[in-house]
Amino acid sequence: MAEARKQELKLESTLDSVDVAEEMVRRFAEENGFSEDEIHQIGMAVRESVVNAVVHGNCYSSQKKVTLAVESGRDRLTIKVQDQGVGFDPDDVPDPLASENIMRKSGRGLFLIRAFMDELHVNRLSEGMEVIMVKNSSPTTSKEEGK
Amino acid sequence: MSIKASTRQVDKVTIVDMSGRITLGEGSSTLRETVRDLVSKGQKKIILNLGDVSYIDSSGIGELVSSYTSVNNQGGSLKLLNLQKKVHDLLQITKLYTVFEVHTDEAAAIKSFG
Repeated sequence: MAEARKQELKLESTLDSVDVAEEMVRRFAEENGFSEDEIHQIGMAVRESVVNAVVHGNCYSSQKKVTLAVESGRDRLTIKVQDQGVGFDPDDVPDPLASENIMRKSGRGLFLIRAFMDELHVNRLSEGMEVIMVKNSSPTTSKEEGK
Repeated sequence: MSIKASTRQVDKVTIVDMSGRITLGEGSSTLRETVRDLVSKGQKKIILNLGDVSYIDSSGIGELVSSYTSVNNQGGSLKLLNLQKKVHDLLQITKLYTVFEVHTDEAAAIKSFG
């Protein structure tokens, strides 16, 4: 794992920002020695969280921004996504695996983030929401790096 | 990467060859419009060939579910063909793998409509 470093971006509330965010974090993860599968998982988690921020949080408002920060630490990557929306309670999001929800069109974003990342924290801010995601580098990745 | 969808007819089965990423925006709307168009023309036997689809997000999954339901509601059926590993894994994680009929062989998929 490379030495600790951090990168931050302020993004417009548009779908183009989702691609920018995903690409930036994927590159960051690649530079920090994550495997191809891990990079895919990290990229998808970032995509889902930035979509939530743009669509549900900021409601595409040109007045509101999405802040994306990614930081590499010792064998882990921490990603923060902040919006300026009204916020939500993650406990109110229905379980997408429940039989009554399995055929729903939406509601799988947070579930996928949880599935792909090692930690997920959702915090209500004075203005908006903050999603913090952590991905640990797998032992295989570290071993390969040490070769 | 942009999304592409082209349709071809084999007997009474319509095969939609998709390539690219099915994500919120162009990807999911292309899938939605393609299936809506087929349903409006009375096509009831549809195969989505996802062999060249490298990436699907939650919006894309939602669109697949919605397409499946709309075809079913018209008395037809929509089946999936040639899933890449990441797409296959995504359907497993979301427990949708058992909802969709998934094939790895086009001829067998066509034959399965009877």
